[in-house]
Amino acid sequence: MKKLTKVTSIVLATAMTVACLAGCGGNTSSADTFKIGGIGPITGGAAVYGQAVMNGAQIAVDEINAAGGINGHKIEYKFEDDEHDAEKSVNAYNSLMDWKMQILMGTVTSGPCIAVVDKTNADHVFQLTPSGTAPEAIAHDNAFRVCFSDPNQGTASAKYIGEHGLAKKVGIIYDSSDSYSSGITENFKNEAANQGIEVVSSEAFTADTKSDFSTHLQAAVDGGAELIFLPFYYSEASLVLTQAAQKDINVKFFGCDGLDGILALDGFDKSLAEGVMLLTPFSATSDDPQTKAFVDKYQEKYNEVPNQFAADAYDAIYIIKMAAEKANITPSMTNEEICNALMSAMTSIKYTGITGSDISWGADGEPNKAPIVVEIVNGEYSILK
Amino acid sequence: MSKFVDSIKSNKKLQSNLITFGMVIILYVICQSLAAAGILSNSMKGLLIQFCYYIIMAVSLNLTVGILGELSLGHAGFMCIGAYTYGIFAKVLSSGNLSRTAILLISLVLAAIIAAFFGFLIGIPVLRLKGDYLAIVTLAFGEIIKNVTGSLYIAKDSHGLHFSLNGTSDMVLDADNLVIIDGPKGITGLTSGVSFTLGTILVIITLIVVLNLINSRTGRAVMAIRDNRIAAEATGINVTKYKMLAFTISASLAGVAGVLYAGSLSTLTSTSKNFGYNMSIMILVYVVLGGIGSIRGSVIATVILVLLPEKLRFVNSYRMLIYAIVLIAMMILNWSPSARAWREKMINKIKSGKKVKEAK
Repeated sequence: MKKLTKVTSIVLATAMTVACLAGCGGNTSSADTFKIGGIGPITGGAAVYGQAVMNGAQIAVDEINAAGGINGHKIEYKFEDDEHDAEKSVNAYNSLMDWKMQILMGTVTSGPCIAVVDKTNADHVFQLTPSGTAPEAIAHDNAFRVCFSDPNQGTASAKYIGEHGLAKKVGIIYDSSDSYSSGITENFKNEAANQGIEVVSSEAFTADTKSDFSTHLQAAVDGGAELIFLPFYYSEASLVLTQAAQKDINVKFFGCDGLDGILALDGFDKSLAEGVMLLTPFSATSDDPQTKAFVDKYQEKYNEVPNQFAADAYDAIYIIKMAAEKANITPSMTNEEICNALMSAMTSIKYTGITGSDISWGADGEPNKAPIVVEIVNGEYSILK
Repeated sequence: MSKFVDSIKSNKKLQSNLITFGMVIILYVICQSLAAAGILSNSMKGLLIQFCYYIIMAVSLNLTVGILGELSLGHAGFMCIGAYTYGIFAKVLSSGNLSRTAILLISLVLAAIIAAFFGFLIGIPVLRLKGDYLAIVTLAFGEIIKNVTGSLYIAKDSHGLHFSLNGTSDMVLDADNLVIIDGPKGITGLTSGVSFTLGTILVIITLIVVLNLINSRTGRAVMAIRDNRIAAEATGINVTKYKMLAFTISASLAGVAGVLYAGSLSTLTSTSKNFGYNMSIMILVYVVLGGIGSIRGSVIATVILVLLPEKLRFVNSYRMLIYAIVLIAMMILNWSPSARAWREKMINKIKSGKKVKEAK
């Protein structure tokens, strides 16, 4: 008797394991909707970016579905969390594949994107990242991006400063523990040499030491910098600007798209940001009717001003729609057929949205669009020519 | 044959060890046959290799925490060393004509040796301390390893290897260079995908090493130090030697887990998410839930806790919240004295109920 119970319990346990392992495999896919998946951090330290992308894309999906869908087919949209970690991102991708995803809009952050693009390439899934800026994030043919790449931003910033004669001596403060920041810095330095700009100081901080910037600022001042380049995110930049004001440092500041959002930061004295210049593809206060409509909808639904990430994601969904209509794909096609059709369509479309106009793509997946430099004047962005 | 069976029956420890091995092998067979039949979901397929390296991490940490009795909070640092060993080695040799399997096998051995070396080095100052002090110092070492690997630049050209902490532009390189570690961007362009079979073999090797160590003369000496250091010293046990031995073996196995981790992804970065103290504490959670000192418990707890957040994906943004609540509930049900007493009572009730039935 005792033996029998033992045997039964083992058999039951085995059956349970099997059920648990295989249970999630089955998923009925209806043949008349496109399944677009998204991946990004919606929990953890980088959750702000993931949530912005999730929400921005949701607005685009709702609009498209209300207007009849892509080629008459509705979109099903599902967003999975990756906690800004490569391993979790691949897990999220795998579970989206169980859901029978056909097109991937993601991932939001660069590091995880590099891991996932390897998988989408192996599985022949079309991938469009709204905000993965590292060059390797779109290393394969099947991947494209909406935003500027790190090298692109570093080079464009140095070019702008050089061509407009903003400064001859530049100090750099950057986050050496962040690939976005160090990637831009690397390329900025290379282009600065071509533009005849002298980099007088290049001081690093890390994610663990981002509260006191006085030594970084002092190094730039001691070197005689006329402009300080800030290639990192707005929360750290707000501290830099505050500390610079306390020390009466009177130089120009120039940042990249990470600085977008500084005006919406709680507890930050906006007047300190006056005169700061930044390279950004999106301005929430723009007069453009398309942008206005998006910002209003976003504020109504999520009760906050959308940032650049939300705008990139919104555009990403419309770019997928445009390419899908051009390639004339249907949901009944295999992932490989969809991927090949979209890949060739991407290189022949010209998209105008809220993060740029007449954007076109090369086969390498990089967008061709003009960088926009804005200056903060009276607490608002004003576009510099 | 019957003699062999008898010897197993009379040896409780051997029996228990065989159950642990049997469990791993049965799970492996089930997963492989399901995969062959094509019913295994994509997400499960991706998780299989993660089970392997987290099990190795948990079992090796259990050696330090459970058997040696010292709290280590920097275990992920050794995993980081193993992972970067593989990353650098694979990247340097990627242009050569060694097969991927050969690279993997050589890196496994290399990673085990290098992680053991670092374990030994770190062990010299660390093992002079005990309790909370030791825990804090291991935490610091783990963070140092993570931060150094996260800001290191290594490149290769015809002159050999170049190192820098400031960026690739600081190095004088040929035009034909290969950047191996690109600072915080880490190593990219690795070939991803380690086979589940290799992972399982490494899990079994880890179990053999750890279980044999525990049941050997050395293991008894280590446990004697844990239970009463003064008494152990008085009986002539060389405390430093045995502590160092257990700590080094534990580090070395974590290095092996690191190779599996890096080998399963196409990119390797050193962030607080994967090699920081968050990860070290997560591994400690696996060990504590499975029972400190119980190797089989570590294996089971690891599988459950790696699987749980993936199975909770349907609750979307509440996932990590629910995960934490489930974790608290599991800890209480498993380890609170009153819950254990209640469990015992229920088991006795079921047993006695059966006996009554049988008597009838």
